Amino acid sequence: MDMFMEYLKAFLVGGALCLIGQQLIDRTKLTPARILVGYVVAGVILTAVGLYGPLVEWAGAGATVPLSGFGYLLAKGVEEGIREHGLLGALTGPFTAAAGGVMAAILFGLLAGLVGKSHDKS
Amino acid sequence: MNLTQTEYSNMTDKASPPSKFLRNSILAFVVGGAICVIGQALINLWSMVLPEDDAKIAASCSLIFLAALFTALGLYCKLANYAGAGTLVPITGFANSIAAAAIEFKSEGLILGTGVKMFIIAGPVLVYGPVAAVLYGIIAWLLRLFV
Repeated sequence: MDMFMEYLKAFLVGGALCLIGQQLIDRTKLTPARILVGYVVAGVILTAVGLYGPLVEWAGAGATVPLSGFGYLLAKGVEEGIREHGLLGALTGPFTAAAGGVMAAILFGLLAGLVGKSHDKS
Repeated sequence: MNLTQTEYSNMTDKASPPSKFLRNSILAFVVGGAICVIGQALINLWSMVLPEDDAKIAASCSLIFLAALFTALGLYCKLANYAGAGTLVPITGFANSIAAAAIEFKSEGLILGTGVKMFIIAGPVLVYGPVAAVLYGIIAWLLRLFV
């Protein structure tokens, strides 16, 4: 039952965050790149003011998988950075925390580029 | 007929059926939610062999791997046609934007095509996200000095 609730919360919160994105696509003229930048920066700001952390506690992957969760990860990295290295940690923190995800995206993206063929967009 | 851009977009908004918005919203919610459920399942799976923090990172990397794989197979963009933001907003959408651009611009060469244009969408995310975090870090550091 606990595990079912965990998945249900992830589904509801993750779905809701995507629902907001869909409204941005359908009702505004924002391009995907702008929407993604909006999500990641919103994630940093919401973490900084202490709102996103509780959401991650509650919803798990429902809050960390959407791109706002990437912002959360960056902000958490910076908090840990300044705790351990002072002001220098503000520079080293973000990518220390995000290194795995960013590197995976570059590596697997490049591999996809090497093996993948351009598909018809229709 | 002389129309300004806003008048024209009002007209097209009126002409397009409202049910399309509803359908798009439901699909985005369901698909986006489902991707997060897969993410949670991956965290739980990796937790069996890794400490909790590492399991979360491994789960993200696994999602990114799957997104790149499905992009290379041409399946991710098919799903994206239906799911819209449901496939864009999760981390898989970020990975897809890199992988899809790497594939699309391969014809322009591995350096100036793939290497440069991989980041055509992901680039701004990797600029503004971390910079916002650095600003937060500087503010947090200053607050620690005075509080």
